[in-house]
Amino acid sequence: MSAEATVVEKELKVEKKPAEAFLSKRRKNIVTDPLSDDNPITIQVLGICSALAVTVKLEPTLVMSIAVVFVIVFANLIISLMRNLIPGRIRIIVQLAVVATLVTLVSEFLKAYSYDMYKVLGAYVGLIITNCIVMGRLEAFAMANKPYDSILDGLGSGFGYAWIILTVAFFRELLGSGSIFDFKIFEAIGWTTFPTNGLMVDSIGAFVVLGILIWIQRSKSGYVEH
Amino acid sequence: MQRSNIYILVFSAIMTVLIGGAMSLTSVLLKPAQDKQVELDTKKKILGAVMDISTFNTPEEILNLYKARVKSVVVDIEGEIIATDEKGNPLIAEKVNAQKNHKIDREERLYPIYMILNESDPNVVEAYVFPMFGLGLWDWISGYVALESDLNTVKGVAFDHKGETPGLGARITEEKVRNRYKENKKIFSDAGNLESITMVKGEGITGLSMHEVDGLSGATITAKGVNKMLKEYLGCYQNFIKNTKGQNGIAIN
Repeated sequence: MSAEATVVEKELKVEKKPAEAFLSKRRKNIVTDPLSDDNPITIQVLGICSALAVTVKLEPTLVMSIAVVFVIVFANLIISLMRNLIPGRIRIIVQLAVVATLVTLVSEFLKAYSYDMYKVLGAYVGLIITNCIVMGRLEAFAMANKPYDSILDGLGSGFGYAWIILTVAFFRELLGSGSIFDFKIFEAIGWTTFPTNGLMVDSIGAFVVLGILIWIQRSKSGYVEH
Repeated sequence: MQRSNIYILVFSAIMTVLIGGAMSLTSVLLKPAQDKQVELDTKKKILGAVMDISTFNTPEEILNLYKARVKSVVVDIEGEIIATDEKGNPLIAEKVNAQKNHKIDREERLYPIYMILNESDPNVVEAYVFPMFGLGLWDWISGYVALESDLNTVKGVAFDHKGETPGLGARITEEKVRNRYKENKKIFSDAGNLESITMVKGEGITGLSMHEVDGLSGATITAKGVNKMLKEYLGCYQNFIKNTKGQNGIAIN
């Protein structure tokens, strides 16, 4: 695992190749691509179920984002470290076991230190296991790349997911509940009769907001499904 | 790359041991903190049914208030106090698992009751809180119904749920909905029959009787679950209520 990484490093030194910069252009792209041009939600259309389910309010969405970033980054790191040891025939189940372990950890920690959040998110945190983004990154990236690159890839995909669901949650909470992070924004500026939209609280609202986001993003990037 | 079957078996075994070990370790380490959270949550709900606790910031404040103001007993369906379980250990109302309890026969169940004591005179009961349990649309719902010392007028309610839809059924936990139960609603009719409180179908309905509260638009099944829960459990507590009524709110020992 890490011993192997040092071996690789030694080989590089022997060949007198200059080490790749800490944040080379290629590595920057690993992080920035999933943020917009290759976004897991708006371009790859993965992880939609949780994007619809948790985005009623900003606060649980933020916790969910942190949980997903944590799970993707560490799952990517662990799988990447083990990538040469994992037998090909059982690789999917190994990936699943690693993801499930991390998710259980998150869930247990929430239960111990943020019980109210655990009650709101309980079921959804468990469902990170089935979030296609996580498994997708493990299979497509971590199985074939070095640990450091995999961490960057995890960060990129995690934040790509996070900013989209936070944007959706922002509009849903603003229009559906008239608040931001439970702060009644319209009442604060004196608009007490703000008509909150029940549709936004329902999953349908998430479809609408998400659809608009995908539309904006794809017309900007010119991406077309084939 | 292709590996031998032996390699795969050994690899899986090692993975299983490592992951299993990590999981059990976390579970053991976090158990005390989790139990504390559950306890705090229960106490918050009991107090929340009778008073506004949103001004309390630290868990200690809530636990201290609970210690000073709440006395609990466990009764059976006849309203008789049960002091010990079948093994002879003292029964603690807070430890009764509402979900497990709900699954057994009505006659066999344990019924915890929380008495909120007067701030200056701890011999006077200000309110009685009755925990209850039922089913909503997707999963379980639970409630704490607080009655005034006359054991008829509702002082307040607190509900919890596992998976009701946010914005629809989950609104039972909102203050606005809970306050509907506070508008001088009574569980007994003038003739003394148990009527319970019913959440009506539809929202914004006026001219409700003292046994009805306004409903939840789009969450009729959750509301029905709440009604069923209240009716069932108030029925189960009825004997205790009738026995205790007329004792002028003296704390029972």
